[in-house]
Amino acid sequence: MNAPTDEKIPVQPVPAGQAADPAPPRAAIEIEKLDFSYGDFKVLHNVTLNLPANAVTAFIGPSGCGKTTLLRCINRMNDLIPGAGIRAGQVRIHGVDIYGENVDVIELRKRVGMVFQKSNPFPKSIYDNITYGLKIHGIKKRSVLDEAVERSLRQAGLWDEVKDRLPSSGLGLSGGQQQRLCIARAIAVQPEIVLMDEPCSALDPIATARIEELIYDLRKQFTIAIVTHNMQQAGRCSDHTAFFYLGKLIEFDKTEKIFTNPAHQKTEDYISGRFG
Amino acid sequence: MSQLPHQFETQLTQIREMLLLMAGLAERNITNAMRALDTRDTPLADTVEADDAEIDRLEISVDEMVINYMATHAPVARDCRFMLAASKISSNLERIGDQATTIARRVRDLNREPMLNARVDIPSMVRHAQEMLRGSITAFIDAEVDAVPGIVERDHQVDEINRQVIRAMTQEMVNEPATVARALCMIVIAKALERVADHAKNIAEEAFYLHRGEDIRHERGLKDGRTGI
Repeated sequence: MNAPTDEKIPVQPVPAGQAADPAPPRAAIEIEKLDFSYGDFKVLHNVTLNLPANAVTAFIGPSGCGKTTLLRCINRMNDLIPGAGIRAGQVRIHGVDIYGENVDVIELRKRVGMVFQKSNPFPKSIYDNITYGLKIHGIKKRSVLDEAVERSLRQAGLWDEVKDRLPSSGLGLSGGQQQRLCIARAIAVQPEIVLMDEPCSALDPIATARIEELIYDLRKQFTIAIVTHNMQQAGRCSDHTAFFYLGKLIEFDKTEKIFTNPAHQKTEDYISGRFG
Repeated sequence: MSQLPHQFETQLTQIREMLLLMAGLAERNITNAMRALDTRDTPLADTVEADDAEIDRLEISVDEMVINYMATHAPVARDCRFMLAASKISSNLERIGDQATTIARRVRDLNREPMLNARVDIPSMVRHAQEMLRGSITAFIDAEVDAVPGIVERDHQVDEINRQVIRAMTQEMVNEPATVARALCMIVIAKALERVADHAKNIAEEAFYLHRGEDIRHERGLKDGRTGI
C-alpha cells in the first residue's frame, strides 16, 4: 500500500499556544482517500477528513456507517482483525503515514489512547490501573508513577473521589467512576490523541454529564475524536462533527453549523431523527 | 431505515396550522378595523377588540406547543429553526392583532366626531401591510422566500407613507385646530399600520431564516453602522 519508510510516529506534544491559533485549525490527524474493508466487504469509501488539533471531533451516523471502523483506523486497532484492513488511502498524524511499514504500533498506541463503550478497568487496584501503561513503557520510579497517578486522576476529575483508596480495586467503583478511571488510564501515558468509542452509552445522565464535562476540559491538552449515537452529546461537547452514511463521509463542519444549518439533506434528516 | 414517528410530524403540522389560523384572524381584524373606519361602523369596530382575545389565546397555545416540542424532542437544524421562528411569528401575529385593536378604538373615537376630510393615503398603507402579511405567511408556510427581500423593501415604502400622513395631519391641526383630536387619531391609525408592516417584515425575515438558515435581520442598519430607532 505505502512505500516502506523509516519514519517514526511524532511524539511531540502540541506546543502551548498553538491551540489558540486562528483558523484554519492545525490538523492533528489527516485521513486521505481512505478505503477500508472487512474481507471483501468495503465499509469505508474514499474518506477524506482532517481532525483539528486540540479540539473534539464527533463522528455521527447510523449503525454500520463506518464511524467506529474509522476511529479504530487512527490507532490501528483494526490490525487485530483478520482479513480487515486499509485498501487505499492514508491516515497521517502530523504528516506521518501511520500505516508505514516501519511505524512502531506500540508507540503509536501510546500516542493515540482509546476509551471504549464499556468501561474496562483491569482487575487491579486503582493505582495499578493508572500505572500499568507507564510500567509497560519502562517507567518504574515510584515518585514518577505517583505523580502520574495524581495528575491523571485529577485530569479525569476522579482524584478527590479515590485519593484515599488508591490500593482498592478499580472494579469497586461505580460505572461512571470506572469510565473516568479508564480515561485517566488512557491519558496517564500522555498521549497526544484520545479516541472515544461511545464512552457514555452505558452511563446514567449524571455520569454522562461528568464525562462530557471532562471531554470538554481535556481538549485543551488532547486532540479528541468521539463516536456517539447521542446527537445532543455531539452537540454539547464537540467542536466539529463528521456525519457518515453507508461508509461515506457526507458532511464535516463546525458542530454549531451541523446542528443549526447542515448543508446536506441527509445530515439534516439524520440529526433530526427522520431516519437512523 | 425507520420512519419518523407519526406524532413527530403531526405536532409540527399542528403548530403550522395554528399560526395560519392566527394569521387569518389577524388579517381579518385589520380588514374589519379599516372597514369600520371607511363605513363609520362602530359595532364592527367593537368586534375587532373581542376577536383579539382569540389571537391571544392562540399565541399562548403556540408557545405551549413549542416548549413541549423542544423539551421532548430536542429539535436540531431545520426543526430547531422552525421552533424559534414559530414562537417569534406567533408573537408578531399577536402584536398585529393588538394593532388592529388600537385602530378599532381610534375608529370608535372618530365615529363620534364629524368626518375628517383630510387627503391621506391610508388605503395604500392598508394594502401594503396586508399584502406584506400574506407574503410573509406564504414565505413561512410554502418556503417562497424569494419574495422576502421585496417584503423587507416594501416596509420602507410604508414608513414613508406614515411620515407623509404625520406631515399632512400636523398641517391639518395647524390649519384647523378643531381637528386636533381627529387628526391625532389618524396619526395613531397610520402608526398602527406602519407597525403591522414592521411585524409582517419580521415574519418574512423569520421565514427566510427558517428556510435558508441565514439571518437577514437589521442588514441595512448593521451595514450602515446604525443602531436603535
